[in-house]
Amino acid sequence: MNLLANLIPVSAEIFLLVMVCFILIADLMLTQSSKLFTYLLVQLTLLGCSVITVGTHEHGVTYAFNNMYVDDLMSDVLKMLSYLGMSMVLVYSRQYLMLRGLFTGEFMVLALFALLGMNVMISANHFLTLYLGLELLSLSLYAMVALQRDSAIATEAAMKYFVLGALASGLLLYGMSMLYGATGSLELGVISDAINQGVPNKALLAFGLVFIVSGLAFKLGVVPFHMWVPDVYHGAPTAMTLLIGSVPKLAAFAFTVRILVEGLQGLEHDWSSMLIILAIASMALGNLAAIAQTNLKRMFAYSTITHMGFMLLGLISGGIEGYGSAMFYTVVYMMMSLGAFGMIMLLSRAGFEADTLNDFKGLNQRSPWLAFIMMLLMLSMAGIPPTVGFYAKFSVLNAIVQTGHTWLAIVAVLFSLIGAFYYLRIIKLMYFDAPESHEPITYGSDTGLLISLNGLGVLFLGLMPGTLMSICAVSVQQSLLLP
Amino acid sequence: MIFGLPVISITIWLPIIFGILVLATGDDKNAPLARLLALAGSVLGFLVTLPLYIGFDTTTSSMQFVEHHGWITRFNINYYLGVDGISMLFILLNSFFTVIVVIAGWRVIEKRVSQYMAAFLLMSGMINGVFGALDSILFYVFWEAMLVPMFIIIGVWGGPNRIYATMKFFLYTLLGSLLMLVALIYLYNLTGGSFSILDFHQVAIPMTAQILIFIAFFFAFAVKVPMFPVHTWLPDAHVEAPTGGSVILAALMLKVGAYGFLRFSMPITPDASHQLAGVMIALSLIAIVYIGLVALMQTDMKKLVAYSSISHMGFVTMGLFIFNAYGMEGALLQMISHGFVAGALFLCIGVLYDRMHSRNIADYGGVANKMPVFAAFFMLFAMANSGLPGTSAFVGEFMVIMGAIKVNFWYAFAAGTTLIFGAAYTLWLYKRVIFGKVANQHVEELTDLNAREVLIMSLLAVLVIGMGVYPLPLSEILHASVNDLLVHVAHSKLPL
Repeated sequence: MNLLANLIPVSAEIFLLVMVCFILIADLMLTQSSKLFTYLLVQLTLLGCSVITVGTHEHGVTYAFNNMYVDDLMSDVLKMLSYLGMSMVLVYSRQYLMLRGLFTGEFMVLALFALLGMNVMISANHFLTLYLGLELLSLSLYAMVALQRDSAIATEAAMKYFVLGALASGLLLYGMSMLYGATGSLELGVISDAINQGVPNKALLAFGLVFIVSGLAFKLGVVPFHMWVPDVYHGAPTAMTLLIGSVPKLAAFAFTVRILVEGLQGLEHDWSSMLIILAIASMALGNLAAIAQTNLKRMFAYSTITHMGFMLLGLISGGIEGYGSAMFYTVVYMMMSLGAFGMIMLLSRAGFEADTLNDFKGLNQRSPWLAFIMMLLMLSMAGIPPTVGFYAKFSVLNAIVQTGHTWLAIVAVLFSLIGAFYYLRIIKLMYFDAPESHEPITYGSDTGLLISLNGLGVLFLGLMPGTLMSICAVSVQQSLLLP
Repeated sequence: MIFGLPVISITIWLPIIFGILVLATGDDKNAPLARLLALAGSVLGFLVTLPLYIGFDTTTSSMQFVEHHGWITRFNINYYLGVDGISMLFILLNSFFTVIVVIAGWRVIEKRVSQYMAAFLLMSGMINGVFGALDSILFYVFWEAMLVPMFIIIGVWGGPNRIYATMKFFLYTLLGSLLMLVALIYLYNLTGGSFSILDFHQVAIPMTAQILIFIAFFFAFAVKVPMFPVHTWLPDAHVEAPTGGSVILAALMLKVGAYGFLRFSMPITPDASHQLAGVMIALSLIAIVYIGLVALMQTDMKKLVAYSSISHMGFVTMGLFIFNAYGMEGALLQMISHGFVAGALFLCIGVLYDRMHSRNIADYGGVANKMPVFAAFFMLFAMANSGLPGTSAFVGEFMVIMGAIKVNFWYAFAAGTTLIFGAAYTLWLYKRVIFGKVANQHVEELTDLNAREVLIMSLLAVLVIGMGVYPLPLSEILHASVNDLLVHVAHSKLPL
């Protein structure tokens, strides 16, 4: 394979990297007042990336760089969604960060580096590439959380995130090294074949799997490896929380699927029983702990834990239905969490964070439209039709029932019932209570438009979910070579 | 379809579109516009349901006015609508009550008028969707979605304890719905990939699975009916809901539960239904007798009528689970009649509450002296609630008791006691509120019904008496569908 053929699948990433470097240097020349130029450049970069990703899309699965890298439908779909998500993150955060003096070139460059890391994770076909992408993403995120230097709580969150993140990376690496020892390769396809043909040292394989699953669980933030999630979500400036809580979930999904399904399909029996425990524990603890929170960001952190647990149920079920539904769930979750955190930032002002439950009191009287949008988002998170959150839950439940784990579906819906309570509580606060503050809500027309589209999108996809569902199903089918 | 128009779709979406329009009128500055739009929407919404009645073919039990379009093709979920004799009447009832509710809230609701009116219109469309849906996921979507407007209605315009009540209402019903969802997905896999309710009716199911599915459905529908012992949300919700909310709750929300038994539980799991019929009848009888006694002890008017509703709905569930034509037709007539009567009683209480801001029976007395017209209407509805012959309630109750006596004398005997208890609590309520000397200064200042209220009351009075004297047009429509259902339920669906 010649160099050019190798470069085509990674052209979007190369473009992104070049642009990041360019923006990094260009930004140095700009004064603080003309940061808007950097911002526009970043948005253009995202647009450029999506054009390249679409343009270089090829049917089927293409490998590059000695099978280190893979380009398939799933990776292209997830990358496109990541660009979209990242672009939304930047629109939502612009005003918020400007008011806090954080709207700097560093923020945008780090965000793009994180995106590059995600792209690499999404397309990796080799343990080293996976790890490379993961670290690029994680290091950027650590730095972003710490960007607000003078905030003690943000620094603490960054520390916590870094230490636990490093631990998780260590676990993953350790697991990878064991699998390497057992199978003699770091390439996912080769590992898969080796496992299917029978590995002499089963114990080593099992140990490796345990470490890998723990590392993944850390990164996904599922119980019992969830401790960092609430603290980081709470401590980080909301713009960073928005970033951490939304787009990287797509990469985490791809990462998990690549390792567990493409690499370790032969051990499905083992890892799926581990995931069942993780999933149930996450749904239980996430939902119960969320009830007790008064800080909205913490509450959404626990709700993330729950949602990730629910998503795991799709992976457990396996097959097109299972993986497809898990992907659909992740995409839908990204959309909902973008909207929810976006709303927190929209309601925040200079020197004021609208991140406690009380800040949403009486929103319907202050701004009926925003309250309506937030209601749609919350109903969607609770999984109540006609919003798309219902179909996310529905498709996962369908996958579980198909595999015969009906009891697991019942457990899942019972925990969703508990979850519904704290989402409803927000609707209750917005509609039934009197507002605590009558400060006018001011927001830019771009954020206003985006949040409206976001909320209505949740409704529209709830009325017409078929296309997105099919896209997810087809992409996992083609990429994982499922029958 | 009539003239190629999708009639059922129109009955669903017309109110919803009007609801959105009403919502768009914005804040209370435009309240008069919102009211007029809501009235137009509800009246049009009612008029478009009339073709269903006029064009209905009473000779067949198959689905009519069918619409079938692909929706989520991946899961073979379709936009599949159709009505039979059972569901058609409820669409009419619902659209009729939407008009009543809009008129009833005309002056009473002062704050956030557009949201109030819009919520009822949206809900009206969704309830029509529930009755019209033949695809179970479509049904589920409407079924769940209609909780949201009700949640808001109780929570925003309700009484002092409204938050507790509305949360309880939502979570209780959600519990049932979620279990039903799992059952629906299970059935989807059993039928080999169809969510059509009619396909569910045909598929063979082993006994254990039938029982589990029945239980899942039971949670969903029994909570809505509500049956003893999952009835406790209803008095709370009723007491705190605004008048319009109470009317829709009593007249339609409860019927949706019983409709679910008819459309889902009985035909899909006939063997489990027979197996567990004893339990269902026992729970129904407990509701009839025990809840009737509970109603006797209430000091709050709305609570009293709420308990009376539970007791009357016990008749409905008993009628369904004795599996004969009398019982089932009686149950359906009782459902419709109870819609009128309970709706009317809540409106009567609303009339008093708007003037006195108290639902406490002890605060009243001698109202007849000040509101003679009201007293007359209230008398009629109170009589209907106690099942007086000549009113609509008598027909249904009589038929259910007739059906029950064929099965077991003691069922009929226990159910019959309701005629005594029902009369006791209703008439005692009437006596304490209406008769006697003027109790206090506030009663002294009461004014009689205005033209708007007289209009509503007369409409309902005509229907209550009309249905009591001449129920044939209704039972004719029900007949074919009920017979078909009974035949269907009599066949075992166990796999051979």
